[in-house]
Amino acid sequence: MSDKPKVAFYWCSSCGGCEEAVVDLAEQIIDVVAAVDIVFWPVALDFKKSDVEAMEDGSILAAFVNGSIRTNEQEEMAHLLRRKAKVLVAFGSCAHLGGIPALANLWDRDDIFKAVYLDNVSTDNPDGVLPSVKTPHNGEDVTLPAFYQTVRSLDQVTSVDYYIPGCAPTPNVIGDAVQTLLSGDLPPAGTVLSPDISLCEECPRLETKPQDLSLERFVRPHEILIDEETCLLAQGLLCMGPATRAGCGQLCINGNMPCTGCFGPTSRVHDQGGKYLSAVASMLSALEDEDIDSALDSIPDPIGTFYRYGLASSLLRRRKMTSVDA
Amino acid sequence: MSESIAVPQETAAWEPKIVAFFCNWCTYLAADLAGTSRMKYAPNARVIRVMCSGRVDPQFVMEALVNGADGVLLGGCHFGDCHYQSGNHKAARRFRLLKRILVGMGIEEQRIRLEWISAAEADKLRDVMTEMVEQLEALGPLNLQVPDEESSEVGESAESAELAEVTV
Repeated sequence: MSDKPKVAFYWCSSCGGCEEAVVDLAEQIIDVVAAVDIVFWPVALDFKKSDVEAMEDGSILAAFVNGSIRTNEQEEMAHLLRRKAKVLVAFGSCAHLGGIPALANLWDRDDIFKAVYLDNVSTDNPDGVLPSVKTPHNGEDVTLPAFYQTVRSLDQVTSVDYYIPGCAPTPNVIGDAVQTLLSGDLPPAGTVLSPDISLCEECPRLETKPQDLSLERFVRPHEILIDEETCLLAQGLLCMGPATRAGCGQLCINGNMPCTGCFGPTSRVHDQGGKYLSAVASMLSALEDEDIDSALDSIPDPIGTFYRYGLASSLLRRRKMTSVDA
Repeated sequence: MSESIAVPQETAAWEPKIVAFFCNWCTYLAADLAGTSRMKYAPNARVIRVMCSGRVDPQFVMEALVNGADGVLLGGCHFGDCHYQSGNHKAARRFRLLKRILVGMGIEEQRIRLEWISAAEADKLRDVMTEMVEQLEALGPLNLQVPDEESSEVGESAESAELAEVTV
């Protein structure tokens, strides 16, 4: 048994992009593998839950968990890895903030099941069968994890030591975070391992950002020819830069697309969408109610735009429950 | 006397709670005038004085709602009267966008209200307050709590053993 530090990776409700991000480390991953023992990584290695259970509590140096918490299986794994690991790292937007899956918090479980298993045109389900925790089948019970009403971020079910932001985290952010963890010189618990400034502050287009914006309306990327050097807000695009943490390397901006906010807010903001809403309202020039409403109509989906990654960790966390048994 | 003092029960008749953000230059003075004029109106609002309706961050409104307010009332100066020239226009834009978000999050639109009330309009303040309390009484408590999930207990229960079979 080697005495290299032990590391675990796990995925909860996620798309697999965070796993790709680890593989994206390319040659660097060989350095990582040389420095640590990977003791659990369901997507790549054949270890079982029972192998993790057999380990001593606290024997894993760091567990990297990506994905949000949607089922009780995921919550159970989060608790298990929390027990076994000295350091639990929320990896990627979903574990950090709830991510894209948390947009499902705009509906209750019943609505989601109905849309997916009953109303979906490509679903053939004449008996109207819905997933259930226990289903009798040939004299035995077939079980499934329970599907929660509300998607949660990792820190809403267990304590998290560090956050690696991003959808998916970029190689430089992962590399820096791993170096920090291996160095033993650990930042305070709860730190997001990325600079605590807004994306605008390190944006290559910062100089072209006007002090005060005065827009009649916002535009969507397909409506204009986007200039490659001018601030995207100045061009009327809803760029989340002012309300988003820096550190990503401005990949979207360099691709001439507005920031969508995946790195989450800085530490001084409670609610990324609320803060951005405030900024957006300041940028519009409309004065009277009617003009304001028609300017706001240029934002077709404000919740999906301002809370694309952060609905679960926002102040409201979800749409108000409508189910009777809520 | 050591007899216990009667403490109002939590289960006693529910009263709507309103968090009100009033501009220092107008609506707050209207509330003052309503007081010195001995007007009677519903006592349901907790008033927070701000320097301008444009100072009200949408996060303040959300925090109020999440922490137990049944409604939020913003009071500012009529257009043209802002002490800082355009703070109330900014408030109007924020408010209208915030309202779209909150309605999308399942919150009834009568729970959030923006009114322009000058320092002289104590009667308008009284009427707005009374009307809003009536509307909130009709809507009932907001109660934005995210429910605990029925099966979030994790332990060595029979169910979790069965789950293990599925996940291994």
